Amino acid sequence: MTEPARRAHLVGVGETRYTKWGKIGDVTEHALACEAIKKAVADAGLSMDDVDGLASFAEDRNEAIFLAAEFGLPELRFANMVWMPGGGGTCAAVSNASMAVETGQAEVVVVYRSLCQGQYFRFGQGGPPRAAPPADAPPPTVQPASSMMLASIGFTMPYGLLNAAAAYALPTRRHMHLYGTTTEQLGMIAVTFREHASRNPRAVMGSRPMTLEDHQKAPMIADPHRLFDCCLESDGACAVVVTTAERARDLARRPVEVLSSAQGTPKGYAFGPFSNANIADEIYATGGCESMAKRLYARAGVGPADIDVAQIYDHFTGCVLMQLEDYGFCKRGEGGPFVESGALAWQGGSLPTNTHGGSLSEAYIHGLNHVVEGVRSLRGESTSQVEDAEVCLVTAGACVPSSALILGRR
Amino acid sequence: MTRWFPDGMPQPLADSEAVAWWEAAAEHRLVVQRCTDCAHTRLPPAPICPECRSDGSEWHEVSGRGEIYSYTVVHRPIALDQQVPFVIAVVALEGAGGVRMISNIVDADPDELSIGLALEVAWEDMSDDLAIPRFRIVR
Repeated sequence: MTEPARRAHLVGVGETRYTKWGKIGDVTEHALACEAIKKAVADAGLSMDDVDGLASFAEDRNEAIFLAAEFGLPELRFANMVWMPGGGGTCAAVSNASMAVETGQAEVVVVYRSLCQGQYFRFGQGGPPRAAPPADAPPPTVQPASSMMLASIGFTMPYGLLNAAAAYALPTRRHMHLYGTTTEQLGMIAVTFREHASRNPRAVMGSRPMTLEDHQKAPMIADPHRLFDCCLESDGACAVVVTTAERARDLARRPVEVLSSAQGTPKGYAFGPFSNANIADEIYATGGCESMAKRLYARAGVGPADIDVAQIYDHFTGCVLMQLEDYGFCKRGEGGPFVESGALAWQGGSLPTNTHGGSLSEAYIHGLNHVVEGVRSLRGESTSQVEDAEVCLVTAGACVPSSALILGRR
Repeated sequence: MTRWFPDGMPQPLADSEAVAWWEAAAEHRLVVQRCTDCAHTRLPPAPICPECRSDGSEWHEVSGRGEIYSYTVVHRPIALDQQVPFVIAVVALEGAGGVRMISNIVDADPDELSIGLALEVAWEDMSDDLAIPRFRIVR
């Protein structure tokens, strides 16, 4: 067990402006990362000279060693990036930072994420724009794959399975088939998070109210995903500062303890339904997080009933619904009626969820904004504050190898 | 020779494990990889059996029949030349030890699709060297 003085705490959060994709062009993506990191460190009441670790996830373009050089950090003692794909590694990055401070590898580690989809490519487009083949192009043939990842999606992309909206429609469609889940139930998730965003000045969609009727009328992207079942594509950055209980005691803000963290990749899962049609039948129509959730709760010594507020990775509404089942808030197959009951609402819901509006309505910062909101909700600073919230679940991208945190207020 | 998708669709990417799969496909043979020690079948191709960890494998030809395990109808094109709507399906292959693959369902009205529907392979010759197994509803 970690000695109590070194227990990991989240002591600072920071974010830049959040915008629709393509709206941040005046600064580079890594300059935006620097802005978020500086704000988070200032929020904690620390100096940049105190920072000796940087942690990130998902093939970050903004490499820690270069950021450390730009900041002139005295010595970078811990630089770390999670293997897991996309937003699945968000909470694992916080977990790795926590392990670093708990084991004494570093004292102050900042977890960061900066995305300028307009400067690179839109995630919804499944990669950089593809050029049209010239008229005299050679006939289509099999091309060499230069990585395990490309070899894996080499069996999905020739069929046009190129983006997440289509990939995660597959488990969601099966969930609807098995349990009678409806598109209206999926819509309830989007409508609830949009309502939460209405009080959040950072939320990209904060001034765009949405009804269930609006959701149902929205254009279909990849059935059953309508436009509002899909997360935003955003520009923005945020960061979270992790340090020890001992350091946290003297800092500016009420510290939030990392009660437990876990990561999990089920057998045979690889990149999840994106690359793998052969996930075990029992877990195909799930977020793939069930066994990890059990470990996560056990380590924190709490259960689903103890969660006061949740920040659940919402790349797609169906993935939220399946995670609610994975994390034990309702039985398998009952996610639809659970969200229909209004459970996720800030006021009156049994499990207030995504009080910032989530990736569906605040911004898509690869889920690190969910960790930021988790901290805010335990400090009493959320714009949709759950009264006396003491325990918060934060999850990372599901339907891919995933990770999660349970945060607590002392 | 029927064509359903344009040349501009993404071309298959294969490492050395997978080249033989695409060579069989070019001959309109749909195969799965089968462990020579425990007979576990797998796809995509991989160097090791995930059940017994043997590195022995052979190609096992399947019937080309199967059923819909899940599907989505794509309404928004994201690659050049993609004509929408089109159907992406998870196909559970018959006689393949439970192996599924991603493919397309062609010649179908999206409204007639449902999970469990019987399918058969429909080869699309993209060029002399490249054939892609799509599926159609057994009528």
